[in-house]
Amino acid sequence: MSITPFIRVSEEDFHLATESSRLTAGRVDIGAVVTFTGLCRDEGGHLSALELEHYPGMAEEEIGRIAKQAIERWPLLGLTVIHRCGRIRPGENIVLVAAASAHRQAAFDAASFLMDFLKTSAPFWKKEHLNGSDGAWVEAKQSDDAATLRWKR
Amino acid sequence: MTISAQASSTSSTNRAVKLRYFAWVRERIGISEEVIELDEGVETVHDLLHWLPTRGETYAEALKQPDVIRVALDHRHADHAQPLAQASEIALFPPMTGG
Repeated sequence: MSITPFIRVSEEDFHLATESSRLTAGRVDIGAVVTFTGLCRDEGGHLSALELEHYPGMAEEEIGRIAKQAIERWPLLGLTVIHRCGRIRPGENIVLVAAASAHRQAAFDAASFLMDFLKTSAPFWKKEHLNGSDGAWVEAKQSDDAATLRWKR
Repeated sequence: MTISAQASSTSSTNRAVKLRYFAWVRERIGISEEVIELDEGVETVHDLLHWLPTRGETYAEALKQPDVIRVALDHRHADHAQPLAQASEIALFPPMTGG
């Protein structure tokens, strides 16, 4: 039986403990929960805010397609992906991936896979507002593209 | 009535699509979305990326490096060789930087 991932794209913040219990509450078959949280850095004091633009509709659908691949590939018992949009300040949360499984390796691998593909194929764009500037779009990194290649099989 | 309705739907050779732009593609073109009629002969993503710049300077500026532009047809990533087929919403944007 295939699980249904919990996916949310919104300006709203998330709480790790709440999201972790969403996966494990009332269950006795889960032996591992791996969570990854991406936060906004201040880039050595230079960054005042990040602006996250997204493609409403496609963002949720594309995350759903990536999640589906992970669910088909690893024996997951639960999966949550939350991506924030809008203006985010240093120290605030940006993204959460939480994967639950009976054993740790599937949860580690699925969380890592999700993050690699979120970066390169989920339709989100970051604009950095450095102190006193209008902002500049972040350029895509080749290292992020390279990271997705390790999942090819 | 039925006859004239049929005539009007088949006589329109140019197909209207909704275009959506994101991030710096949106900023450079100056709008976030529009409905346009595709010229005859604009059949693939590649054709579209080379035809849009003929619509004006802002398009030419936004799409001056067509190879880096990513395109989605009805919310799905498409490569540049892909036919537009019957896509009703076509989005153009830079490489993604989420996560």
